[in-house]
Amino acid sequence: MLTFTLRRLLLAIPTLLVISLVIFLLVDLAPGSPLSDIPLTVPPDVRKKMIEALGADQPVIFRYVLWLRQFFWVEPAYLIDGWFGTTWAGDEQRILSWQSRSPVFTIIGQRLPQTLIVIGTAYLVGILIAVPIGIYSAYRQYSFFDQAGTLFAMIGFSVPTFFSGTLFIIIFAVWLGWFPTKYDTQLVVTDWASFLEQMRQMALPVMTLGLANAAAISRYMRSSMLDNMGMDYVRTARAKGMTERTVILKHVLRNSLIPVVTVIALGIPSIFGGAIITENLFGVNGIGAALIGAIHASDLPMVQTLAFIFAVLIVLFNLIADVLYGLLDPRIRYD
Amino acid sequence: MKLRTALLGAVAAMGMAPAAFAERGTDGEVKLTFPQAVSIMNPYLSGGTKDIYAASMVLEPLAGLTPEGVLVPKLVTEIPTLENGGISADMTSITWKLIPGLLWSDGTAVTAADAVFTWQYCTDPAGGCSQATKYEGIASVEAVDDATIKVTFDGPKANPYTAFVSALSPVLQKAQFEACLGAAAPTCTDPNNMPIGTGPFMVTGFTVNDTVTMAMNPNYRDPMKPAFASAVIKGGGDAEGSARAVMETGEFDYAWNTQIPPDSQAAMSAAGKGQFVVAFGTLVERIETNTTDPSADLPEGERSTAKHPHPIFSDIKVRTALSMAIDRSILVEVGYGAGGKPTCNVIPGPEGWASDNTACLTQDMEGAKALMEEAGWTDTDGDGIRDKDGKKLSIVYQTTVNPIRQDFQALIKDWWTELGVEVELKAIDPGVFFGGDAGSPDTFQKFYADIEMYANNSESPDPESYLGQYQCKNAPSPETQWQGENINRFCTPEYDALYASLATTTDMAARQDIAKKLNDMVTKDSMIVIPLVHRGTLSAHSNALGGVQINAWDSELWNVADWFRVK
Repeated sequence: MLTFTLRRLLLAIPTLLVISLVIFLLVDLAPGSPLSDIPLTVPPDVRKKMIEALGADQPVIFRYVLWLRQFFWVEPAYLIDGWFGTTWAGDEQRILSWQSRSPVFTIIGQRLPQTLIVIGTAYLVGILIAVPIGIYSAYRQYSFFDQAGTLFAMIGFSVPTFFSGTLFIIIFAVWLGWFPTKYDTQLVVTDWASFLEQMRQMALPVMTLGLANAAAISRYMRSSMLDNMGMDYVRTARAKGMTERTVILKHVLRNSLIPVVTVIALGIPSIFGGAIITENLFGVNGIGAALIGAIHASDLPMVQTLAFIFAVLIVLFNLIADVLYGLLDPRIRYD
Repeated sequence: MKLRTALLGAVAAMGMAPAAFAERGTDGEVKLTFPQAVSIMNPYLSGGTKDIYAASMVLEPLAGLTPEGVLVPKLVTEIPTLENGGISADMTSITWKLIPGLLWSDGTAVTAADAVFTWQYCTDPAGGCSQATKYEGIASVEAVDDATIKVTFDGPKANPYTAFVSALSPVLQKAQFEACLGAAAPTCTDPNNMPIGTGPFMVTGFTVNDTVTMAMNPNYRDPMKPAFASAVIKGGGDAEGSARAVMETGEFDYAWNTQIPPDSQAAMSAAGKGQFVVAFGTLVERIETNTTDPSADLPEGERSTAKHPHPIFSDIKVRTALSMAIDRSILVEVGYGAGGKPTCNVIPGPEGWASDNTACLTQDMEGAKALMEEAGWTDTDGDGIRDKDGKKLSIVYQTTVNPIRQDFQALIKDWWTELGVEVELKAIDPGVFFGGDAGSPDTFQKFYADIEMYANNSESPDPESYLGQYQCKNAPSPETQWQGENINRFCTPEYDALYASLATTTDMAARQDIAKKLNDMVTKDSMIVIPLVHRGTLSAHSNALGGVQINAWDSELWNVADWFRVK
């Protein structure tokens, strides 16, 4: 298992370097310019100076190597300086966003907690809803509950989040007035009242995303449970006189959870990617909204850095999912 | 009558009472929402309108503009003019006198050195200042004494109110920005995001592309203002969501740039919680005709250049017929509602600068058809498309991806098809269309199409720099890396000569006259530009917010110090 993990990690390094180069070239070669949002009243000579000041007119290879250096050397140095109070980084130029001239990692640092809290909670809520639905649907296959669960899953799959999100806004915020439509990113939870307020403003985005997540996971749960319900050991357990509850929730569930846990682990990078549509709709300042905004503005340093971070997370969580599968299921052996 | 007038006056005065009695900081928080979030609070490093408006609550220029386009002093005692000696007799310099005792929000004094520094900051060659045009033609800015600023131009300047006027050119604090000159400008993250200013608010918190939190400035020059103790600008989402947050749910007080379709406007106004306000500047949605041939058969580097005149559009009758076939009032009704007016002028305002040009406002399909026949474009083979000498009247009509523009394209294509023109529609991503990337064939400067539609405006009420676009030398071409504002490649010596005379004309009435003539040259005399809609800036505010006066000539938030809570 250890050699397997090490080998995967070593293989990941050249993979990630190639990914970073491909992303860089793709975004650079795509049409569009960081100045497209600037009003037309700004004349061409001023625009030229602005592009020069951004450093956007340098040759591609020069910018790529500069970015590599900044990402792997300068930014970690700043991070260590921040934690330990050293001065390794000195005055080195950080990766600056072209849109806002702020350091990209500062922006990520501001936005990551929001993404994790809102999108992470939605993922968790989705799992918590999906698992019981999947279990009961499999236990009472083809019953009314199962049909309703299937309908729920189909709706969750097919209805896009921009539609369900807008629908929820209209029903719960405009007609009923229970929840706000815009997420207040400055809210700090200090007491019970602000905690309740935080719950209130998270309700709509969590509902929207949770529905979509739950739909997918409940199907996996159901199909995995169905596979295991027909196994011989289940018949043995029942013959031994165990209660139905023990049979299902102790024996069948544990075995069924294995593939579901790996699917969940594979889905975690999507939390970091942020649910772009949901974040934009509700005004949650998360990583996904930052990425889509940067793409629209042709903000190359930001897109490059964020896309590379996602690639790292996906490679990492793929590895974790594989290792987890090997740990949970004794039948699987890697070498 | 006198009693009635007196009573009316009393009622009016009572209406003003809440405003008069609102002391500083008594009205709580004012919440604004922008469909695009604020990226930076330094207008010199951003060209984006959202950043400029947000910064205008904190940073102020020496003078601003009212909704009527009239200059109003902000940091100075009065507007310098020839009469009061503020402008020198030879029109080469203008002198501003600061209000005595003016303080920055951190308590230090505002001095003329700050203005001199601001000029250095924006004219530094390595700084990439986006408002450099405001400081064009300035030979020097000097601090005659601590409270007097003298701006000297290269030569006599007819309109000297460029530098330090309007939200595009505020005064920065020298002490804060001292280390940020030239190439260091983008690295000064804290000054860029939390600038110290003289405005009614000061920045207390800033998250990029998300929220700006502000508190009232205790050192603001009017001790009774602002009425609000704090402000927050939340960005993100879309125009519809922002409008909804003000008009339907009441979560926010002011939503900027709520460009939503007219039926949505009507539905939201009916909710009764807020109202839409619109101000008209010079933004005109127009159709630009290409006077050069964009045909793909031509070699790269000769397409859309003066080498090959346009085979169809070189005839003014064709251009006129295309304009006559359009019903502008339907376009306004479908696309903008209260936020637009039909227009035939490239310079639709302010009052006095707009030419008396209304002939195009009525649709005349029969007249257009007759004109086409006269021009020799007849339908010889009966397929519904006109042709001449074997060439079909087939054009490519491009614009950006935008629901309202696509609606316009559909409507105009219908009319032109009725006229007998074959129209191919094309919609390009705005990031590419306006990106100016020399390698892309889809930029509006390259104009690899016969017709393109977008909107443009003049940055100030005096349209001198705006009209300069149509000079011969500004045509984009391979030699200029396809940069240039004269996208029609319009080139007549008369226009260039008349424009040159504008630079030396100082009498206001004469300037307005020349501007009207120049406007007519590109519109009704030549039909090179076919204006469609005079677009206003549409925003929404809640009925609980008072004092809003939307302004198309300066920042929309120009009078945020006067806003108050309606009780």
